[in-house]
Amino acid sequence: MTTKEYESYYVPAQSHWPIVGAVALFMIAFGAANYVTDFKNEVNGYGGYLLLGGIALVIYMLFGWFSNVINESMSGKYSHQMDNSFRQGMSWFIFSEVMFFAAFFGALLYVRSFSVPWLGGAGNNFETGAVLWPDFTASWPLLKTPGGTETTAMGWFGLPLINTVLLLTSSITAHFAHVALEQNKRPQLKAWLGLTIILGLAFLFFQVLEYSHGYSDEMQLYLTSGIYGNTFYMLTGFHGMHVTLGCIMLIVMFFRILKGHFTSDNHFAFQAASWYWHFVDVVWVILFVFVYIL
Amino acid sequence: MSRGNQNWLVGAWLLIVAIFSSSTWADTQLNLTKGVTAVSREVYDLHMLSLYICTAIGVVVFGAMFWSMIFHRKSKGAKAADFHESTKVEILWTAIPIVILIAMAIPATSTLINMENNEDSDITIQITGSQWKWHYKYFNENIEYYSVLSTPREQYENQNGSFDGNGASKGEDYLLEVDKPLVIPVNKKVRFLITSDDVIHAWWVPAFAVKQDANPGFINEAWTNVDVPGTYRGQCAELCGKDHGFMPIVVEVKSEEDYDAWLNEQHALTAKAADAEKASLNASMSKSELMQLGETTYMAYCAACHQPTGLGLPPVFPALKGSPLATTGSAVEHINVVFDGRAGTGMQGYGKQLSLKEIAAVVTYERNAWGNDTGDLVQTSDIKAASEE
Amino acid sequence: MTTETINESLDDAHNDDHHDHKMTGIKRWLYTTNHKDIGTLYLWFSFIMLLTGGALAMVIRAELFQPGLQIVEPDFFNQLTTVHGLIMVFGAIMPAFTGFANWMLPMMIGAPDMALPRMNNWSFWILPFAFAILLGSFFMESGAPNFGWTFYAPLSTTYSNGSTAFFVFAVHIMGISSIMGAINIVVTIMNLRAPGMTYMKMPLFVWTFFITAYLLIAVMPVLAGVVTMLLTDTYFGTSFFDAAGGGDPVMFQHIFWFFGHPEVYIMILPAFGIVSTIIPAFSRKKLFGYSSMVYATSSIALLSFIVWAHHMFTTGMPLFGELFFMYCTMLIAVPTGVKVFNWVATMWRGSLTFETPMLFSIAFVILFTIGGFSGLMLALTPVDFQYHDTYFVVAHFHYVLVTGSLFSIYAGAYFWLPKWTGHMYNESLAKWHFWCSLISVNLLFFPMHFLGLAGMPRRIPDYALQFADFNKWVSIGGFAFGLSQLIFLAVVIKCIKGGKKAPAKPWDGAEGLEWTVASPAPYHTFSTPPKID
Ligand code: HEA
Ligand code: HEA
Ligand code: HEC
Ligand code: CUA
Ligand SMILES: [Cu+2]
Repeated sequence: MTTKEYESYYVPAQSHWPIVGAVALFMIAFGAANYVTDFKNEVNGYGGYLLLGGIALVIYMLFGWFSNVINESMSGKYSHQMDNSFRQGMSWFIFSEVMFFAAFFGALLYVRSFSVPWLGGAGNNFETGAVLWPDFTASWPLLKTPGGTETTAMGWFGLPLINTVLLLTSSITAHFAHVALEQNKRPQLKAWLGLTIILGLAFLFFQVLEYSHGYSDEMQLYLTSGIYGNTFYMLTGFHGMHVTLGCIMLIVMFFRILKGHFTSDNHFAFQAASWYWHFVDVVWVILFVFVYIL
Repeated sequence: MSRGNQNWLVGAWLLIVAIFSSSTWADTQLNLTKGVTAVSREVYDLHMLSLYICTAIGVVVFGAMFWSMIFHRKSKGAKAADFHESTKVEILWTAIPIVILIAMAIPATSTLINMENNEDSDITIQITGSQWKWHYKYFNENIEYYSVLSTPREQYENQNGSFDGNGASKGEDYLLEVDKPLVIPVNKKVRFLITSDDVIHAWWVPAFAVKQDANPGFINEAWTNVDVPGTYRGQCAELCGKDHGFMPIVVEVKSEEDYDAWLNEQHALTAKAADAEKASLNASMSKSELMQLGETTYMAYCAACHQPTGLGLPPVFPALKGSPLATTGSAVEHINVVFDGRAGTGMQGYGKQLSLKEIAAVVTYERNAWGNDTGDLVQTSDIKAASEE
Repeated sequence: MTTETINESLDDAHNDDHHDHKMTGIKRWLYTTNHKDIGTLYLWFSFIMLLTGGALAMVIRAELFQPGLQIVEPDFFNQLTTVHGLIMVFGAIMPAFTGFANWMLPMMIGAPDMALPRMNNWSFWILPFAFAILLGSFFMESGAPNFGWTFYAPLSTTYSNGSTAFFVFAVHIMGISSIMGAINIVVTIMNLRAPGMTYMKMPLFVWTFFITAYLLIAVMPVLAGVVTMLLTDTYFGTSFFDAAGGGDPVMFQHIFWFFGHPEVYIMILPAFGIVSTIIPAFSRKKLFGYSSMVYATSSIALLSFIVWAHHMFTTGMPLFGELFFMYCTMLIAVPTGVKVFNWVATMWRGSLTFETPMLFSIAFVILFTIGGFSGLMLALTPVDFQYHDTYFVVAHFHYVLVTGSLFSIYAGAYFWLPKWTGHMYNESLAKWHFWCSLISVNLLFFPMHFLGLAGMPRRIPDYALQFADFNKWVSIGGFAFGLSQLIFLAVVIKCIKGGKKAPAKPWDGAEGLEWTVASPAPYHTFSTPPKID
């Protein structure tokens, strides 16, 4: 039986999408590098346009590429084995994302358990505190940096808590949507998926609200407010970007479902989007614990 | 392989052996230094131990390889045996290395614990690296000074495609000499608090087996206890930018009496410098005096970045020749940059490092050299005034 | 026959493509989804990068030929060192191995192609762009990155020159490329093995690439993370690596080396795989201890995650940390030793011949082991205080990287050239390449040990007089080694152009599915999966 599956492994013909994607990535990287450099030197350059052009090209590429894949899949060229490749590919991609976040969580844990206490004179760094930073006392959240920048901490109650509830709920609704798809209940599928998307968007809305609160005069919690502000905004910011991406994926799925795509046993793309959504959710839970509560 | 090939090989090998055994190598150091402290000798022993162990393992392993290369070759009619597994030997050659490693780890651990024991020191010196010089500050002594490379530029800047340099022959301690060495007493436990003003440097004196990174914002501790007086040289051992290769360390280890004499001398010098500073506040210097002192100061402290020509190395190190600040800009502004530096750039403040007089001179120099003919004369009192604002 | 029909009915839209019908000219290479084409692209790209990085090294060696500053400014020297390291690591060695993976993995496991062929094309084609950005910074006003391939903060943040952002985004793209390439390898191996090929029946070559791919997926994102922090520290006012804001420059090193150490095993495990294929072939004897080789490779990979701080012994870590990392690092000698001993045991009582692939493999085993020995010496914390950041370290890593990784790449290239081109390469020219390389590489790198022990720091453009003699010889060795690599280019070009026709299996002792197909391997290898018993 396995032999049979194997024989129909689909090897696509030449495709021009990857090279389009390569050019797009080049535009993004080169544009962003120029943009960032000009931003620091406070001059205006073409970098931003190149960056936007690159992003547009990537979107164009993704549309073209995915519609190829969708057509191939809809016309039954894919075997069960092909589906497996996609699934495994997606799961390893998510694993790589986990490791990306791990770098930032690692940084957070490192500063909390080492560098901030050391600056205050802990461990083998007694002299660091005594000679270099005599006025500094270590604490977390770090509200006054050794250099003297002051800020306030973002509590976990209120918006963050609401967001936690929203995102956790959305994970559940995403799961229900998946179940509905597997049982071929299309109306329920649409409803659950729609709800998931709304919850996701609500999360993003509150996140923006929270940021504007942070940047207000009363909180003065900026990206530049020392390591507390750094880790806070970088972690929640990258998470927010992933939620945005996840939302886009889910919205695309929604439209594909409206068009009648997916069957109860062939719905890799939907599965991938929902995995991604669960991943984003798990990251938030960890983030909520380590960034907000503890 | 053919016979001819092999003869050729033997020839090449002989040539290499000849090159390496020729007399030019006689005074070349091949091995790690034993150093002049108890710790450095322990480290040396550990080095030799691991070297011998590795050599012995190498002899066994490579010996077995060469044996099969020589005796189990097809051209000699060797037939391949067909064993390809043996749990017994696998266990054996897992276990033996573990035992060997443990034998190395034990002395390594005890040496390390010894090295990290910074307690009970007699003297404490704070060492601060900054691009590209060292600053030494003796705790409880009110002595502090910078230590910079003293090899003249002509000796190393022999560019222009000439391999022999532009005439200046290199001195014996080429690149390993400084204006003011660190001075410590013999047979005393000296503790170093090592840090940095800008990027990461590393303070390394091989003869003491001390190498510690100088991390900006943090203090690392190290110590030494030297038992032979003498002059010991080292270098910065962490890439710290352009002149990382020109940031040597010299330590003079003096006998107890000489050290005390040196301390007294330093205290006297400090006092004299303070007096001179006070006197220079009231005196005003002539243009030629200012320009002369300015040029020496500039060459010693500023030329590394802004270049002797004043053209700098843009975009990182700006040109001062024709720079608005040094021509049309206000002198006060100019003084402030030199005195306080610019935060977050390579331009550090020189207020601590140079005397007021030297700053006055260097600013005057910059405002008048290379065609920046502002005609401004900056006096010591101007620096004092500007710095107190 | 039946399988053919299935194939055609399934993808009739593209079936022409399944019969050796490929686009011609540049489009073939730009649009290709064929693992062999992509493998070829990777291999050529990596060779061009080797020449580029090598040319930079030649300038380094010319500057260091004599004491004094002769041909470059100190700042430019630092740019050379930095870009030399980056190009060699990310441009020469890693893509060469990905090229091998693309060419050989599908053939070795009996798969029709890589599992995700379009993505495969993408992961290759973004690479030239990344290196164009990196090399392009040489022509910027500020010059190329100058902070070492390890880009320690704050030299790479507050004190860096104006091209840092270009460096950061170039590294991002390299990372994306590696991750996609690695995902492809993992999925291909997990999913496309021919029926009957269980994991423990896979060639060891496949195992090493499998494990390497996991390492890549785990650590490349961490590199992406750390360059991102570098970017925000430099351009957006964060202070991850700045004590005044509560950060720590040493934290940079922890995150970097968490990537960096596994990275060096990423560059050596595939080499182990290649050598483990070649030594049995020319010993005419099965690989000794296959399963222990698999376990050893896995243990090396696992251990590689807990040894990173051996690069940081002088940063002032607490004693406990220093001890922990010293012990873990030393432990790696055990599984690596198992591999070395297994290779020796494979040769033991074999029936040896010494074609060029075998010569390079033998040189690999010996010289890599020498590099491993110096690694072990570096692992001893108290002595590393003396070795750290000296030419002893430079000697260590060139032994493991040049006579290790690079030699294994040459060995593999000679071994499979007949399969790739359909022709035998010129054996005597290849032997010249080997012997010239072997002699010059040792003249190049062996004296560096002495230089390091005598106290010469690395990354300096000029040095004290007592280092002059050795540096002269090292430079001469360097030039000779550089020229020797041109012989390789000649061999390859000759071999592509023509030469004795290669049989399907040119090496009588070789084993593996790749030798069951014709030489050159047909454009699509296994449309029908081979049966493995
Ligand atoms: C392919 C790349 C590669 C490989 C395989 C290795 C392998 C090893 N490396 Fe190396 N290393 C580098 C690439 C590599 N390294 C690079 C690039 C740097 C410098 C980075 C930079 O700063 O720029 C570096 C730096 C480096 C350092 C930091 C030095 C410093 O900066 O101060 C250390 C310290 O512990 C180290 C240790 C080791 C060890 C213990 C191994 C072990 O894996 C070696 C194991 C092998 C053997 C030991 C030989 C075979 C074994 C036997 C025959 C068994 C019996 C032996 C015994 C019991 C002794 N390496
Ligand atoms: C896999 C990696 C790899 C490889 C293959 C090499 C290959 C070589 N390396 Fe490099 N090297 C590194 C990885 C590698 N290196 C790394 C990671 C560093 C650390 C960087 C850092 O400090 O940040 C380093 C650093 C480094 C230094 C230390 C610089 C310093 O600290 O200041 C030196 C000095 O001699 C050096 C030399 C060489 C030489 C001569 C070769 C030769 O083997 C190169 C041979 C190849 C060629 C020469 C190309 C082929 C020929 C031509 C293009 C024709 C032209 C030929 C002539 C003009 C003769 N390398
Ligand atoms: C470590 C390198 C370095 C050294 C040594 C150095 N400078 Fe600078 N200098 C800089 C840098 C970098 C800047 C640019 C700062 C910036 O970006 O604003 C600068 C800027 C200046 C400026 C302002 C130029 C302008 O047009 O804005 C003056 C004046 C100056 N330096 C004087 C000096 C003097 C006087 C000395 C010696 C006593 C000196 N520098 C030594 C690196 C250095
Ligand atoms: Cu200071 Cu290198
Ligand atoms: Cu390492």
